[in-house]
Amino acid sequence: MDALLLSRWQFAVASFFHFLFVPLTLGLSVLVAMMETKYVRTGDETYKRMAKFWGRLFLINFALGVVTGITLEFQFGTNWARYSSFVGDIFGSLLAVEATVAFFLESTFIAVWVFGWDRLSKKMHNAAIWIVAIATNLSAIWILLANGFMQNPVGYVIRNGRAELDSFYEVVTNGFGWSQFFHTVSGAWMLAGFFVMGISAWHLLRNNEMDFFKRSFKFGAAFAIIFSVLVAVQGHHHGNQVARLQPTKMAAMESLWETEKPAGMSLLVIPDEANERNLVEFLKIPYVLSILAFNDPMAEVKGLKEWPKEDRPPVTLTFLSFRAMVGLGTLFIALGAMAWLWRNKIETKRTLLRVLVYAIPLPYLALEFGWAVAEIGRQPWIVWGLMRTENAHSVGVSATQVAVSLGAFFVVYTLLGLIDFFLLRKYAVKGPEKASTSEPKAA
Amino acid sequence: MLETIWFILWGVLWAMYFVLDGFDFGIGTLMPFLAKNETDRRIMYNAQGPFWDGNEVWLITAGGVTFAAFPEVYAVMFSQLYTPLYLLLFALIFRGVTFEFRHLSESPTMKKFMDICHVLGSFLPALLLGVAFSNIFMGLPLENGVSQGSFFGLLNPYALAGGLLFVTAFCYHGAVWLAIKSPASMRQRAIRAAEEIWPALVLLAVVFLAASALATDLYANYLKYPFLLFIPMIPVAGLVLTRVALGKRNLWQSWIFSAATIFGTTAFGVAGIFPALLPSSIGPEHSVTIHNGASSPLTLQIMLGVALVMVPAIILYQAWVFKHFSFQIKEEEMIY
Repeated sequence: MDALLLSRWQFAVASFFHFLFVPLTLGLSVLVAMMETKYVRTGDETYKRMAKFWGRLFLINFALGVVTGITLEFQFGTNWARYSSFVGDIFGSLLAVEATVAFFLESTFIAVWVFGWDRLSKKMHNAAIWIVAIATNLSAIWILLANGFMQNPVGYVIRNGRAELDSFYEVVTNGFGWSQFFHTVSGAWMLAGFFVMGISAWHLLRNNEMDFFKRSFKFGAAFAIIFSVLVAVQGHHHGNQVARLQPTKMAAMESLWETEKPAGMSLLVIPDEANERNLVEFLKIPYVLSILAFNDPMAEVKGLKEWPKEDRPPVTLTFLSFRAMVGLGTLFIALGAMAWLWRNKIETKRTLLRVLVYAIPLPYLALEFGWAVAEIGRQPWIVWGLMRTENAHSVGVSATQVAVSLGAFFVVYTLLGLIDFFLLRKYAVKGPEKASTSEPKAA
Repeated sequence: MLETIWFILWGVLWAMYFVLDGFDFGIGTLMPFLAKNETDRRIMYNAQGPFWDGNEVWLITAGGVTFAAFPEVYAVMFSQLYTPLYLLLFALIFRGVTFEFRHLSESPTMKKFMDICHVLGSFLPALLLGVAFSNIFMGLPLENGVSQGSFFGLLNPYALAGGLLFVTAFCYHGAVWLAIKSPASMRQRAIRAAEEIWPALVLLAVVFLAASALATDLYANYLKYPFLLFIPMIPVAGLVLTRVALGKRNLWQSWIFSAATIFGTTAFGVAGIFPALLPSSIGPEHSVTIHNGASSPLTLQIMLGVALVMVPAIILYQAWVFKHFSFQIKEEEMIY
């Protein structure tokens, strides 16, 4: 294996692992902030216990999100040095802005929240978690604008052998990046909703702290239904952009080999990449793909054969990831709707509660599949149409060096992932601290 | 001009990072020497608790700004220091998770494992950052952006002296901070540790300044522009004043002078390599400088605007946090 292939694996491992922690951070910070606001407004101690309980799960998750994020920043320089010098002017500045505008706030004020319970006024303390929640989501904007530049480069000129900034305004108003942001963040808030519902469901099934977990459940259910719908609506809009700006990705998402006008969509497809065809195409519904791609039943959708092989992304992976994401997304809307509908008598809906416990990992999977579509579907380009991935890796870094660091990542990430999982599970199962009447007074 | 401003900001960001995360690394490194029991260890975690995360972002920003303002430097620096940077990264990963993981683990074995991770995750970054920056001060064997040297070539005597200097300076800095934050049970021990580290720090600083004359070209700029000599005066004065203040038990003052020492030492090296950010030991034509390594003027302008607004804001709110959370720890209200 050469340094390029190993670096690709390493980036995949690092980014997919990082993204196990990010979405919960995005959504749960907002939920905890809302719970604490409710406490400040009503003075009801249950909401304070809710903020503390869910806040602790947030913190366990947050720790790994932060440390695995540094890895990604480092990797652009260590493993993708030619990419870094080619787009540093634009991509680097977005990362730097993210750090100064958002990440500093998030990291500084999370500690204020943890250490400030008895040292700050209620309102100040509540403000700290809101700052964390806003900064976390603000940070997603900058990161996704940076990714948006890789997907749909705008606002640059090629000069001195690199992409130089031509219009910062165009870069930060990149519609593709914003669309990715709304899609990702809706998905993340939905995931947080399912996380809170799932853990609440587990306790409701065991009659633990019924009042506490019924209230928590309602917070989760609201997020789950609102954002599972939004992520789908937004996803459709985003699909239109992909069809227009990244037609090879769209063709791979559907495993569409021949150009069709109008294009239909088969419910069951087994791609046969080697022979540039589909082994099975079953239950074809006419017009659907044309509508999905261009909102026009008669629109032409280009097939993969329109492009030379070296310009096409890996089809099977892109296709399967997309189908899995969409399939799960549909399930989330159904589950979210049922949970919301029955939120006031949820303790009687035991089957749904059981399903919701098992549903906890599903949004994680769906979000990872979504990123697989975005990133694998972008291949062979690292910057769409401008730079190929194979030309982006570092010169002077040997395959051995990358192999060793990749091995270390496997070991370290597995270990940390396991500890994190067991801690999350342990504290989720343990439930909230017992309600006490003798709260320590503020110093 | 823009490039020069960014060069200065680049140096300032790294120096800020060393000052701020430096005391965390110092406390972590000192843990096996200063902590006798579980309470002591918890005090040491809690002394860093409200700060370390915000401190670490200065590293992310220093890295991000290198990427944005000097992409070529970012590419060469990070790829050619591949192995030490990955060691640094893993150390930071382990250090970062220990706070939350240790406090939530109930088994003593797990706590012990996390303590080991914490100590190594504090000591290694201090050492590696010192070694990496000393190598940059010496010049890397760069030819057309690729290093001709090996990982073991980085472990030369000058760089190791630099690494040791960083470790010692951070330990001193951490001991003073620990003295500020600790309850009485720990405070005296922390002060005594600082007093004992100080002579070693002075010795290493003298060795490092002298070795810089032999192993590097850092002094060339100072000979050319003698007014720059005020820069090395900062760490020298800081080193003396921090001890004086410590003797008077004026801990905050002592900590600020210690910060000035770390800041000044970094500035001394950075001013010495100007206008290169990555000098090449093979020949100056292979150096990555502010001229051949910088972003386009437009990026530099926009980033300067962002920095001029955000950096003062960050300093203000972080100062607020330092002010509010530098209270003496009470054992019964420890979080970790």
